[in-house]
Amino acid sequence: MRRLSGVLHRHTWLRLALLLVLPLLVLVVVYLGALAVLLLSALWSTDVFTGNIVHTATLDNLREVVTNATYRAVTFRTIGVAAAVTVICAVLAFPMAFYMAKVASPRARKVLVVAVLTPLWASYLVKAYAWRSMLAGDGVVNWALGPLGLRGPGFGLTATIVVLSYLWLPFMILPVYAGLERLPDSLLEASGDLGAKAGRTFRSVIAPLAFPAVVAGAIFTFSLSLGDYITVQIVGGKNQLLGNLIQGDAGAANNLPLAAALAAVPIVVMVVFLLAVRRTGALDNL
Amino acid sequence: MISKRLLVLGAAAALALTACGGSSGSTPQAGSGPSGSGNEAAGHFTPPKLSALTKLGTPEGQLNIVAWAGYAEDGSTDPKVDWVTPFEKQTGCQVNVKTAPTSDDMVNLMKTGQYDVVSASGDASLRLIAAGTVEPVNTDLVPNYADVFSGLKLKPWNSVNGVAYGIPHGRGANLLMYNTDVVKPAPTSWSVVFDKNSPYHGKMTAYDSPIYIADAALYLMKTQPDLGIKNPYALDDKQFAAAIALLKEQNANIGEYWSDYTKEVQAFKNGDSVVGTTWQIIANLAQAEKAKVNSILPSEGATGWSDTWMVAAKSPHKTCAYLWMNHIISPKVNAEVAEWFGEAPANSKSCALTVDKNFCATFHADDESYFDQVWYWNTPIAQCLDGRTNVTCKDYGDWTTAWQEIKG
Repeated sequence: MRRLSGVLHRHTWLRLALLLVLPLLVLVVVYLGALAVLLLSALWSTDVFTGNIVHTATLDNLREVVTNATYRAVTFRTIGVAAAVTVICAVLAFPMAFYMAKVASPRARKVLVVAVLTPLWASYLVKAYAWRSMLAGDGVVNWALGPLGLRGPGFGLTATIVVLSYLWLPFMILPVYAGLERLPDSLLEASGDLGAKAGRTFRSVIAPLAFPAVVAGAIFTFSLSLGDYITVQIVGGKNQLLGNLIQGDAGAANNLPLAAALAAVPIVVMVVFLLAVRRTGALDNL
Repeated sequence: MISKRLLVLGAAAALALTACGGSSGSTPQAGSGPSGSGNEAAGHFTPPKLSALTKLGTPEGQLNIVAWAGYAEDGSTDPKVDWVTPFEKQTGCQVNVKTAPTSDDMVNLMKTGQYDVVSASGDASLRLIAAGTVEPVNTDLVPNYADVFSGLKLKPWNSVNGVAYGIPHGRGANLLMYNTDVVKPAPTSWSVVFDKNSPYHGKMTAYDSPIYIADAALYLMKTQPDLGIKNPYALDDKQFAAAIALLKEQNANIGEYWSDYTKEVQAFKNGDSVVGTTWQIIANLAQAEKAKVNSILPSEGATGWSDTWMVAAKSPHKTCAYLWMNHIISPKVNAEVAEWFGEAPANSKSCALTVDKNFCATFHADDESYFDQVWYWNTPIAQCLDGRTNVTCKDYGDWTTAWQEIKG
């Protein structure tokens, strides 16, 4: 035992290798390997009648995904929904996070953090179905808006955006809160001492420093919205998003290769998004 | 003071959790439903060589079932509706039921190899046979098979070349359901869901599956004879395009599509849907929840299903599977299932045992001429099912792609 520890002590690289081999194995084989197989299977095709996969490489699926007008429309719709959800979350989360980080007392701050996290304890499906009954024709939304002569959005894309914003809001609040808390109060005071009013301080001091944190939150809300297909089934009316197409191809059509080709679309969108984000330095904030 | 880094980590973990919760709760989706018209031969193919069980062994103590909602009730929906528990007591086979909303889901579930029997509709059965997922059934080991209506035995959707691949369960038609307060006058035709100037804009619903294209084709078959549609599951390019165009028009009026039956019950109850296609059991459940709905078989006839219990080729619980098939089509149980689900029973002796003595007459249990008007769900394939050889028909892959296109 002593000798073993001696060997390990002398050879730093061995220590490191032993420590990392398991996590690396999981990352490379289970995680990236599965992703590679997924993308590879996009090159196969399916025997329509038996549903068995034909292992002959063809680019047909990828070509179909790029040229098909329906897929294109759904892709843009999905990106639009994800972008809208991200913007709504950012707008709602910023004041909330600012209050938590800079205004609330330390005691209130803890309570607020717990309050933000609490909705995550309930199942995603419970929350989505709760929204379904709230947005239904005789639901509480229409009941509350009724006296004002208004109607709720009903089921559709608007409802989908509202519900997704609700679901992912904590994932925006927490990184923004963490980012704002890191911002020294002295900078704000200095800005004030130099004669800047609240608006100017926000534009010139807070916004640039907190921006990477907002982008970090946006990665969560954007990627989560991009892949979601259940909320839109529950409150989205007749609309479909990319996830529904993939689910339809994997489930209804039993065409896994085409589903894999479609699954490459959100991957590409996310890679582009992350490359853009990297330039802002937000990735350092994770 | 909670560390910020920890917070972000917590957020990431919570995110992973939610993501898992989401996917496990996913509602499976659009498939094809029951199938197969009574009157045509399915495509010609040679199924993998598998042989049926020759004799029953000792019950294995477990049975995993894939079924349509309402087919294998264990009292959890309604304590009075339970034909699983008596079976478990009688045979010692512990039953696990997985309900599937569409035929495609059934095919996929069976392909996992974790299930022993399935209540396959005609559009699933042939695919299961062709893929070797299910094996032939020795009908001699199912004593109640003798009492099954002859009109259901050895049909193109439950047999290949005279070899039985399953035990008939029951059959019925996809109906038109409407809200009696809103939809006036009461509809008698599918035109109420296919008229593009429908007053029920935004409140219409339809089955979320490519097989629903057949409903449009059936409507065109009756209303536009020029198209020459002879079978709603055998559509050439022109006929297919006409059906797709009709469904795209309909899409403008659709509020939401359904495949999860609880979603449709809720939508009709809340008034979010007022007219659309349905199953009898959905109408029953909606009425039980005090929704003001009625369901009818429209004048054009309808698509429908004829279901078959099939045994997985790799099932480790085949004795339990055979005992289950015999149990579910026994006169009393088949009568209970048929009345609960709202379909015609397969067992001819069931008609004497229904609570409603007119049940078999209402559902035309032994009326073959009635079922000639019902187009059982079938799997569309390139060789036209109506026997045409001068054209190629659209296969199910085309139907699936088109269905996504219709929904936009």
